[in-house]
Amino acid sequence: MTVTFEDRPGHIRTPWYIRGKTGWIECVHGDFLNPETLAFGRDGLPKRTLYLVAFNQADVWGKSASSKDKVLVDIYEHWLTPA
Amino acid sequence: MSDGHDTDRDHGHEHPKHELSYYAKRIYAIRDLLLEKGVITDKDIQCQIEYQEARSPANGARLVARAWVDPSFKARLIADPKAACAQMDIDATSINEFVVLENTETVRHMVVCTLCSCYPRPILGRPPDWYKSLNYRQRAVNDPRGVMREFGLELPDDVEVRVHDSTADIRYLVLPVRPKGSEGLSETELAKLVTRDSLIGVMDALPALPPT
Amino acid sequence: MPRGHHDIGGLPGAGSIDRTEHELSDWEILADAVNQALGAKGVKRTDEMRRAREQMDSVLYRDMTYYERWIASIETILIEKNVLTKDEIDRKLTEFESKWGKA
Repeated sequence: MTVTFEDRPGHIRTPWYIRGKTGWIECVHGDFLNPETLAFGRDGLPKRTLYLVAFNQADVWGKSASSKDKVLVDIYEHWLTPA
Repeated sequence: MSDGHDTDRDHGHEHPKHELSYYAKRIYAIRDLLLEKGVITDKDIQCQIEYQEARSPANGARLVARAWVDPSFKARLIADPKAACAQMDIDATSINEFVVLENTETVRHMVVCTLCSCYPRPILGRPPDWYKSLNYRQRAVNDPRGVMREFGLELPDDVEVRVHDSTADIRYLVLPVRPKGSEGLSETELAKLVTRDSLIGVMDALPALPPT
Repeated sequence: MPRGHHDIGGLPGAGSIDRTEHELSDWEILADAVNQALGAKGVKRTDEMRRAREQMDSVLYRDMTYYERWIASIETILIEKNVLTKDEIDRKLTEFESKWGKA
């Protein structure tokens, strides 16, 4: 899956360093209230599905101390598109 | 109650109040106003202080030590960490979602919150200053081995390092590898090898003492 | 919109990890407890507090200590929700300072 590359305003929990990068889904955490709207006093509904997405370090930074190393980020469904 | 003096509630290191910084002073004013308006009570504040002080890395150490000696508990800790905590009388109910990351000979995990400082506080208590520092938050994701090296952990290239950035409601706890040579140790002795920093993943558990 | 000042994962130039730990001061313990108490009472959410810190002045964000940032965001959110006003806080603080005395 590829993380959307966008500089959306507001309270975003998708870190800048992972935007535009491609990884794979390790697991589905489940559905949670949306922090982007909770942050502005709204009720966070509808819930959004949260995924654990894994990336090869080399794919994120262009280099890695070890080719095996990974970075894993909890990312909401609306920030992911099929690669 | 509203005179700004807190001698009957002091728990930490006290500075003369006129020497405090701008925001440090303001929390006293905010606290008193909230009490006056009945938004929170003194008891609410005290309860939170006591709740926090009751939580420490010792909770994590107990979970790990039990997991090391009891394979069925270890399986439960990984599959349903909140249930495993309840079994050990550790109150994890306020964690929304809790995941335990098992280290092995070939995989090590490390946890960071690059965006702020999310941490499994209901289990481990407050995070250490370094975990909340800008340097850790910047480097953990792109230089985890460099960070581990600073904590004394050097890993060969064929060990996979997996850094978790806890950006949402999931709170992560690392289950360190049981140290070699620890077979004869009791659960209590094993728990002493499990440091807070090994539960975050920047280092392994302490080595078992050599037999005398 | 530029990258938030809090969104620092992977930024270059970070130094070594300072492992010294400090015993919390009274005011830090109080900030922590007030924050948790407000959350437990449903007055504010952690997400709102994070957003308030993200919206802070960027220079201040890097210069303030951890709990100073918490106190700033507690104040911002309480004012935003009309629980307190800045005037009230300023006035209460002036009262305290006259009792605390000056250095």
